[in-house]
Amino acid sequence: MKEHYTGTATNRVDGRAKVTGEAKYAAEFEVPDLLYGVVVNSAISKGKITRIDTSAALALPGVHQVFTHENRPGYTWLDSHYQDEDSPPGSPFRPLYNNEIKFSMQPIALVVADTFELARYAALLVHAEYESQPHETDLEANLPKAYKPKKYKSPPPSDPRGDAPGAFAAAEVKLEEAYAHPAHHHNPMEMHASIAIWQESGKLTIYDKIQGVQNSQKYISNAFGVPQEDVQVISPFVGGAFGSGLRPQYQLFLAVLAAKELKRAVKVVLTRQQMFSFGHRPFTIQRLAIGASADGKLESISHNAFAETSRFEDYNEDVVIWPGVLYNCENVEVSHQLVGLDVYTPLDMRAPGGTTGTFALEIAMDEMAYKLNMDPVEFRLKNYTDKDLNKDKPHSSKELKECYRQGAERFGWAKRKMEPRSMKEGHQLIGWGMAHGAWEAQQQEAAAKAVLSPTGKLTVSSATADIGTGTYTVMSQIAAETMGIALEDVTFELGDSTQPKSPLEGGSWTVSSVGSAVKLVCEKLQEQLLKLAQKMENSPFSDAKIEDVSFENGQMFLTQAPATSISLQAILAQDEGQPLEAEASQKPDKKQKNYSSYSHSATFVEVKVDEDLGTVKVTRIVSAVAAGRIINPKTGRSQILGGAVWGIGVALEEHTVLDHTIGRFMTHDLDKYHLPVNADVHETDVIFVEEKDEIVNPLGAKGLGEIGIVSVAPAIANAVFHATGKRIRELPITLDKLM
Amino acid sequence: MRPFTFTQAQNVDTAVREVSSDGAKFIAGGTNLLDLMKIDVMQPSHLVDITQIALDTIEETEAGGLRLGALVKNADTAYHELVETRYPLLSHAILAGATAQLRNMATDGGNLLQRTRCYYFYDTHTPCNKREPGSGCSAIKGYNRDLAILGTSEHCIATHPSDMCVALAALEATVHVTGKSGERAIPFADFHRLPGDTPHLDSNLQPDEIITSIELPAQGFARNYTYLKLRDRASYAFALVSVAAALELEGNTVKEARIALGGVAHKPWRVPEAEALLQGQTASRENFQKVAEAYLQGAQGFGHNNFKIELAKRAIVRALEKATKMEATA
Repeated sequence: MKEHYTGTATNRVDGRAKVTGEAKYAAEFEVPDLLYGVVVNSAISKGKITRIDTSAALALPGVHQVFTHENRPGYTWLDSHYQDEDSPPGSPFRPLYNNEIKFSMQPIALVVADTFELARYAALLVHAEYESQPHETDLEANLPKAYKPKKYKSPPPSDPRGDAPGAFAAAEVKLEEAYAHPAHHHNPMEMHASIAIWQESGKLTIYDKIQGVQNSQKYISNAFGVPQEDVQVISPFVGGAFGSGLRPQYQLFLAVLAAKELKRAVKVVLTRQQMFSFGHRPFTIQRLAIGASADGKLESISHNAFAETSRFEDYNEDVVIWPGVLYNCENVEVSHQLVGLDVYTPLDMRAPGGTTGTFALEIAMDEMAYKLNMDPVEFRLKNYTDKDLNKDKPHSSKELKECYRQGAERFGWAKRKMEPRSMKEGHQLIGWGMAHGAWEAQQQEAAAKAVLSPTGKLTVSSATADIGTGTYTVMSQIAAETMGIALEDVTFELGDSTQPKSPLEGGSWTVSSVGSAVKLVCEKLQEQLLKLAQKMENSPFSDAKIEDVSFENGQMFLTQAPATSISLQAILAQDEGQPLEAEASQKPDKKQKNYSSYSHSATFVEVKVDEDLGTVKVTRIVSAVAAGRIINPKTGRSQILGGAVWGIGVALEEHTVLDHTIGRFMTHDLDKYHLPVNADVHETDVIFVEEKDEIVNPLGAKGLGEIGIVSVAPAIANAVFHATGKRIRELPITLDKLM
Repeated sequence: MRPFTFTQAQNVDTAVREVSSDGAKFIAGGTNLLDLMKIDVMQPSHLVDITQIALDTIEETEAGGLRLGALVKNADTAYHELVETRYPLLSHAILAGATAQLRNMATDGGNLLQRTRCYYFYDTHTPCNKREPGSGCSAIKGYNRDLAILGTSEHCIATHPSDMCVALAALEATVHVTGKSGERAIPFADFHRLPGDTPHLDSNLQPDEIITSIELPAQGFARNYTYLKLRDRASYAFALVSVAAALELEGNTVKEARIALGGVAHKPWRVPEAEALLQGQTASRENFQKVAEAYLQGAQGFGHNNFKIELAKRAIVRALEKATKMEATA
């Protein structure tokens, strides 16, 4: 019997290592003769450093150097040498480039000392004097300066379809509103950290917190002019990243700079406060105009986004693609404009653009449903589309209707009364709301290597990352099932830049991309195994083609005559006990080009809102997800649960406070940056709706990293409206907005 | 973090002597001080560890009250049988604060001496009169959603962050301290200060003084009480507004009412004249609303925190209603 590892709830293969502390994160590697670097950050948000005095810091015994713009070595300073795989168009930030301050908390110095404590003390003694210039950090105040970037980071917003303004003017029912999504910071549990080890040969070994070791490798190679083969980046475990590890961050640059200059090993770990000094989900204002016929048919959608970016890079994300993905409407017009501010460049954060865009679109659609007096699910069904109208392509699969059906049934949606404030329990107003969402299922080119030992142990590797999502486990499952061997006999290795090429771990594409490569490389091994078996004397496989054999329970056998079998170990014994190796690279299949592929979700939420005090409690969430084949229902469920929890945070709690007077993010810690705590999270139900897809990739899996979050916040906002009759269009929905 | 020296005091006298040197501070649980030292907001040059001093017991007093040793952990206080049964308001208030881990470390004396959680106090790159007298207040025109609406000054609108202290104010506890010139007892209402033009001073504790105990009077309001804490998430968040309400009822008539507010001022906020409005009155929503109005008289918002004025009124009404109902169901 074939063991079906994929599709079976499987414990994390790295679970034990993680709970026992055996799993090492970037800052935890023990390196002899290590020096410690502590970063000094700018006190102002715009201007120039007129003087930087490091003498007091350097006077402390044990302080090796203080690097600033004044004494930094002369490396390449071309923009292209600082661009990485996730750079938006523009001129990347270059630490210690000159005396110019472009954003608050910009790194201005690195103190390197024998101990962390000493470096931290010395950092306090670095004295900088500034000449401040007027800054602008207020998106709303600067909206008149919005511009369309010359180049978009993601595909530019679609061209208009039909005549949205005309159809809006003629529509019987209209909505025109603006929605504000605040800035968020990723705040993974693990702070960004790098250890750079300089070797006599001039080679560098680097431990880095990153979502793609080869991205850091190329970045360091380019920025410091070191050949790629002389830079090895290692990152076996990542303590959460949510996009913050897509781009190499400044601690990496500074650690390498110090290691090269001092010819030593240097560790730089950012503090929690410094985690607020780089990329973030941008503050975004969205204007929506929607027109419909009286019977609920959408006639017109205009979706226009205005988002902050830095002065030096044009960051944008897919905020306005969602009308075309989710709704059948002939007249659609979208735009995405940027406002350059004196802040650091925003950075992809879990479902970049999806979280932001869906929040606005799905509240607006709920508002329309109320204007039309239609049940919100009915309204969405009435305007359902089988096609991706942005690309004018059919979906490779789309079981969103089944998400509505199963989600609504589990939730008990049929009992809902349309009228707001229709349910109450003591002082608690009860509200039920829903929203749906999507996230693109993409596949990138990825490679993997497989080594089968004579004892039948399989090691598969690829330079991907596991940011807590379960990559180790899922890849092991795919390899074990493909090879027909026990899961315990498989080891998956990742997070080393010397491994076969992998894309960044992001975009919900890791299973799809790396998983497909793992499957392919195992299939290559099988071909080699068959060839070896055919070399045996009187081989019963001599006429067999690869299609004629199967692999199960550590055996290869003729599919039509299972009794004709041989163990993999016996085959390997033919080759004088040499391990068998294969390497393979998997590209997306051409047939995908004719289709659009998305994961979908429908989220149903119950909230209780105190009628006097405005406190909101999310008492129930049902999240129904269609995402193709679910390789590991256990880690998959965890992804969706995490998305639901984060959705509570997005809706009710999270925002980074920016003081425009001083141009500085004032939220610097987890006391003030509120994420949901256990007490905020109640009944959460995850449904995986069956979805067959033979087009999306060889595994039929669409990815789960992002889809869990996108529709949760709008569903909560819609439930709050149902409870209270108050429509809140600015996140987070704090109690003061409901009083 | 700056270097500092460290000694352990074995008794109160040594502690007082050692803390009298310039730049010296006591350390007990360290749950606030160490955080502030790491981000350079506080810069003591010497720490006197007082955790070895025998101030860690809860004892009954001759007056029929309880004496909480200054070094009793917040968690041990909240779960102490006599506190739970006789002063449940205090128990509830403590458990509404921080997290289990912090309450296990934090001491009762230290709880009184928590510093404000104002954004600007925590950021050494911004002006703050509390951190650096004379530098100015960034919060008044800055982000002040969490900050005070009562008893503020043009120099500071910080709030006191403690939950425990709100209950202690309502219970009219007494703080016992010892300094170089001997022992003294400070009524709770006089322990913390308003910012005025000395916002760097949180309390009237002198630099050479140590808190030895907190004394609770006999009257514990164990039948009709509520600690209502309103915040931005269900746990591990400081109060936007909190109310410690305690009632002595005779039937439906209020014999005595105590109300203290947290999250609204530089100290737990009491208005005895407003409390007195309830004396001899029916415990009704209408009467509670009158008290709430009186309590917030003179309140002033600074923009982001304007909502606190109305929120505090509603919270007072709700807390008093909850406190009243307890007996009805008892």
